[in-house]
Amino acid sequence: MAVGKEIRTQISSVKNTQKITRAMEMVAASKLKKTQIRMEASRPYAENIKSVVGHLMHINPEYAHPYLSQRDVQRVGMIVFTSDRGLCGGHNVNVFRATVSKLREFQEAGIEVDLALVGTKAVAYFKRLKVNVVSAVTHLGDQPHVSDLVGTIASMTEAYKEGKIDQLLLIHNVYVNTMTQKPEINNLLPIEKTDEDLLQDHWDFIYEPSAEELLDTVLNRYLESQVYRAAVENVACEMASKMVAMKAATDNAGKFIDRLNLEYNKARQAAITQEISEIVGGAAAV
Amino acid sequence: MSEINVNIVSAEGELFKGSVSMLFVPAISGELGIAPKHAPLLTALKPGEIRAEIADGDDIHIYVTGGILEIQPNQVVVLADSALHAKDLDADAAKKARDEARKAIDGASQDLDLVQAQANLVEAEARYKAAQRLKGR
Repeated sequence: MAVGKEIRTQISSVKNTQKITRAMEMVAASKLKKTQIRMEASRPYAENIKSVVGHLMHINPEYAHPYLSQRDVQRVGMIVFTSDRGLCGGHNVNVFRATVSKLREFQEAGIEVDLALVGTKAVAYFKRLKVNVVSAVTHLGDQPHVSDLVGTIASMTEAYKEGKIDQLLLIHNVYVNTMTQKPEINNLLPIEKTDEDLLQDHWDFIYEPSAEELLDTVLNRYLESQVYRAAVENVACEMASKMVAMKAATDNAGKFIDRLNLEYNKARQAAITQEISEIVGGAAAV
Repeated sequence: MSEINVNIVSAEGELFKGSVSMLFVPAISGELGIAPKHAPLLTALKPGEIRAEIADGDDIHIYVTGGILEIQPNQVVVLADSALHAKDLDADAAKKARDEARKAIDGASQDLDLVQAQANLVEAEARYKAAQRLKGR
């Protein structure tokens, strides 16, 4: 009985797809756990360096480092974080939407924008738009290292020091929880002064080498840690988003299989009914 | 006996947190021993080994490639560029890196290459030494 051959092939093909999406979901879940640990691990450094920067700025208000001085904004640099791979729901699209609306805002204000891209998806997307891309880094993998990002950071900080750009923004997804990630635009440069109340206690430090040199190093490290954090958080968001997307795909495939099964059974029953009525009809005719 | 609170972190994780009786760090101007009640100090670090003496327990050895040390009245913070527990150091790999760095200096054509290669050598040398010291123990 060759009933519903097409339906059966379709069912098996959907089942195969379901297997793949389920596997991807599980891979994303395990990677998410690992990146969450990395995200946690990067926190102490970020917090400590922030407080060191706070102390330094508090103690040396007379030393005007270029990173700390507010300038009239005429050109802005943006570092945009995306993933290298797709199939991760709205992860990249959300970032693009936030970026484009910000770009439009700047355009209306007559401010020019330089972009530094992280991730192949960003490179592919911004190639189609008329924007000025100054640097791009791809294939950071699931475990981004600070050393992979140094080039991107340096290109932007150099431009800032030379006065080519007057502000540096960081656009990336922020991990709220597994279900929620939202794109956020953070100001990286100029570094905003921390609140006075937070720094009640401060001391006269001995500096080795001079305070200026140290401040330069500390601020660079601070920027690196911020960008690194963004990169790690971005990976966590990608994995969370991918996990959710793949879970939805697996569920949908299940629903689809149920529907196809129903259709298949209906066709089979119809064929049987038809056969019986043919036999009955044939017997009655004899 | 007084102790110092020490926090050693690198961008990729926290390596040590706790109280120690004495801390030795490779500061830019030379090896620095820090006892409790040290004056507030902020200094850059060069590649080398951090040694923490714990009052009742084994010393802790951590290898850093450089970083920043901040001594506050009640707390010491080491912000390492990249750090490794000394027991995770690979002596053979460190030796290889040192030899390669030496070769790079010989072959360096431009000033920039040379500066970079020299920095690499300093780092590799320190790493090798730290690994050796650990081996001999």
